Amino acid sequence: MTAKRRAFLWQYAAIAIFAVAYLALGFLVRNSYYQLMMTLVLIWATMGLGWNMLSGYSGMISFGHAAFFGLGAYTMTIAFVKFGITPWFGIPLGMVVGVIAGVLIGIPTFRLRGHYFALAMLAYPLAMLYVFEWLGYQEVSLPMKRENPAAYMQFNDQRVYMVISMAMMVACMIVSLHVERSRFGRSLLAIKQNLPAAEAAGINATRWRMYAMMLSAAMAAAAGGIYAVILLVVTPQTVFGALTSAQALIVTLFGGVGIFWGPVIGSAILIPLAETLHAELGHILPGIQGVVYGVAIIVIILAAPDGIYWKVRDRIVVRRAASTPEAKPGLQLHIAETMPLANDAHPRRQFGAPLLELDDVSRAFGGLKAVDEVTLSVPEGMIYGIIGPNGAGKTTLFNVLNGFLAADKGSMRFAGQEIGGLKPHEVCARGVGRTFQVVRAFPRMTVLENVVIGAFVGSKTDEEAEHLAREALRRVGMADAEMHMLAGGLTTKQLRLMELARALAPRPKLLLLDETLAGLGHDELESILPIIRQVNREGVTIVIIEHTMHAMVKLADHFCVLDHGRLIASGAPAEVTKDPAVIEAYLGKKWMDRAKDQVA
Amino acid sequence: MDDLYWRVVDFLQAMAAGLLVGGTYGLMCVGLGIIFGVMRVVNFAHGDFMMLGMYVAFYLVTGFGTLAFLGPHVGPIVGALLAGPIVFVIGWLLHKYLIAQVTGVRVMSAEAEGHYAQIILTLGIALVLANGGLILFGSTPVSVQTPLSRESWEIGVIFFNQARTVGFVIAVLCALGLYLFLTRTNLGKALRAAADNPIAAAYVGIDVDRSHRIAFGLGVGITAVAGGLFAMSQSFQPYIGFDFVIVMYAGVVLGGMGSILGAFWGGLTIGLVQQMSTLVLPYQLQNTAIFVVFLIIVFFRPQGMFGRVWERT
Repeated sequence: MTAKRRAFLWQYAAIAIFAVAYLALGFLVRNSYYQLMMTLVLIWATMGLGWNMLSGYSGMISFGHAAFFGLGAYTMTIAFVKFGITPWFGIPLGMVVGVIAGVLIGIPTFRLRGHYFALAMLAYPLAMLYVFEWLGYQEVSLPMKRENPAAYMQFNDQRVYMVISMAMMVACMIVSLHVERSRFGRSLLAIKQNLPAAEAAGINATRWRMYAMMLSAAMAAAAGGIYAVILLVVTPQTVFGALTSAQALIVTLFGGVGIFWGPVIGSAILIPLAETLHAELGHILPGIQGVVYGVAIIVIILAAPDGIYWKVRDRIVVRRAASTPEAKPGLQLHIAETMPLANDAHPRRQFGAPLLELDDVSRAFGGLKAVDEVTLSVPEGMIYGIIGPNGAGKTTLFNVLNGFLAADKGSMRFAGQEIGGLKPHEVCARGVGRTFQVVRAFPRMTVLENVVIGAFVGSKTDEEAEHLAREALRRVGMADAEMHMLAGGLTTKQLRLMELARALAPRPKLLLLDETLAGLGHDELESILPIIRQVNREGVTIVIIEHTMHAMVKLADHFCVLDHGRLIASGAPAEVTKDPAVIEAYLGKKWMDRAKDQVA
Repeated sequence: MDDLYWRVVDFLQAMAAGLLVGGTYGLMCVGLGIIFGVMRVVNFAHGDFMMLGMYVAFYLVTGFGTLAFLGPHVGPIVGALLAGPIVFVIGWLLHKYLIAQVTGVRVMSAEAEGHYAQIILTLGIALVLANGGLILFGSTPVSVQTPLSRESWEIGVIFFNQARTVGFVIAVLCALGLYLFLTRTNLGKALRAAADNPIAAAYVGIDVDRSHRIAFGLGVGITAVAGGLFAMSQSFQPYIGFDFVIVMYAGVVLGGMGSILGAFWGGLTIGLVQQMSTLVLPYQLQNTAIFVVFLIIVFFRPQGMFGRVWERT
């Protein structure tokens, strides 16, 4: 049995124990009010699981999950009242409606970022609220079915609802567990932690988010459907209201974001607390429930921003880590350091046919021509250096190349095929990897997990992805001990190597390195150069942007110089560095004149 | 012929109503716009500060009758204006003890993480204010009583509700005053500097957290004044804030997030959209019309009509 299977079994066992214990407690409770409360805990936990599926995993905060909850509730209710369809079918029908709404909402709304996404999501349920009021559904009651009530999900015994809700919640927990532990969840997490890095690593953000939205909407709609069955009456305010959306978010944030236990823990604590206070004090303090929720999230965001689960877990992990010996980061690079520095002296190297060809590529920001009619050709097997002063358009050129920015004109061919207009993840899938000027890590993942994200695009199964990731880490000379360190705590050099490994993991044909050597000390720099050469010798063509001129001279086979977006020189390193135009671009005209004066 | 005549009258009447309501919306949006412009914080509790302003005006004028000596015409106006400083203090304190924990210098480096905490924190404040309001003020809808709300001025065949017209004029004056404050005074200039580049502002000796605190107090105070003015012609209950959050954000986004003058025009436009939608849509759907307009703006012109595009690579 693999470690992964075992971890799954443990989680299943934990879920089963929790479910059995909860139901046992529920069956001991005689008071039907408490039974109802225990059922509501499960329903809000399900709603929270739905919210967590989208917002917890992918980081796009939704204030509008009431839209799906309400659609689930109203679909079931209208199907029942108007067409006599039993909730046994009505609830799944509501889930279908919820998923459709999720897709229709997702298509336009995923284009928005941050604030705008949250605000737009807030508008959907409120718009629906008024529409349902206008349609005349201010208050719809479910008819009582005297004959054969079980066929219409009507039971005298509250505990039956508790069992049904438990089944629903457990199903959502298991779905969440599998999402979390798979490529799906890892990709969402990568999107949450660093969207550009995820896209450059070949992750199709739009697709994964849409899947998350669909699952999320289905869960919220299921919760809404069963909620209406239990309460027997729906009003637009209760199912579409802002408090419903808020409650989904609150139970999840309180319990723990991005983990399926979170909404369950949050719901189990907050719902009984708020309900009890409401029952005890509601007649004197009518808004006490809302105040409790409000205070709960204020306290949690200030004291434990990721929720109780993570707070507790971090405590335990810290204690455990303290008792195990420290990993020694000093052991790295033994492979790299023993490697011969082969092309230090630039022996005549043979290159293949052009792998990357740019023809007349331009990109402007308003009036600023960041990249201006650049034409260049990179033969297979070469280390191609791009130099130029600050603001010359080097990084913009990379952004155009890997699809972050669209070119205004010109064509870009990679391995004979046009790559202009492709999205970043598609460019990555064609075999172009890249690193960033400022390292874009997924800070809360381990080194290995970071690299696994990059490997997804080149692999069919998760096992294969991990294999590729380990291979890439070995290629850059990272020690096994470092693989399980969190990316957030790495040194600059380790980060650079990790990012290099992430770009290498899917075995690209071309690597775009954006100032990989920046911020490194001299010794560190000297230890990374051979790694880049080794990667190149293994058949990867490299385009590298660099400021450190002496490093570049040692590394690159060919130089091109950008200035104000234009290509001003191109040729062998020794020639280019003597070109007066290049010196002028770097040092300015004044210096150029002075240099001439001194010669004269 | 007669039919057409009445249609034109209806149209003009809706437009007049839209303009008058829009002026007050504009002032609310200006309040929200200052907070977003200076702090880059999405304040979900903003509608609830407006609600607080309404209740302050209500208790000063009608509830406790403190301002009864000013008479039924002047009293409500003074009440609305007094709501400003009172809510300013509440906002100041909330910023100092809660909001400053997740905004300003402290989180300047943490990009997405900061926003996340801010949105959640202000949502928590919104819940506490709205439900705390329910406990303190009760759920029965109330309004600030003034004879103005029942009287109208007639210009031709168009009616101008006096309470709304007075509200409109005062809202415009307040917005103008604020604009002058931000562009002419040193404190206003410091606020705008802190908005443009908090790090640079800190380097030239501007206390960014203090600027934020002033901006937050000012933002909620201004909106409270707008709420107080609005309370003269509209009944309200403690939950009114949530509905207005979208109305206000629609205006601010329309005007361009960060543009304070733009926020006023945005709010005015939203007022027009809301009132004129009743010409073609059922009355209950006027807020839905706002949400739809809001979504359309967000999708097609998220930088708004007056905002600049700022993109970071």
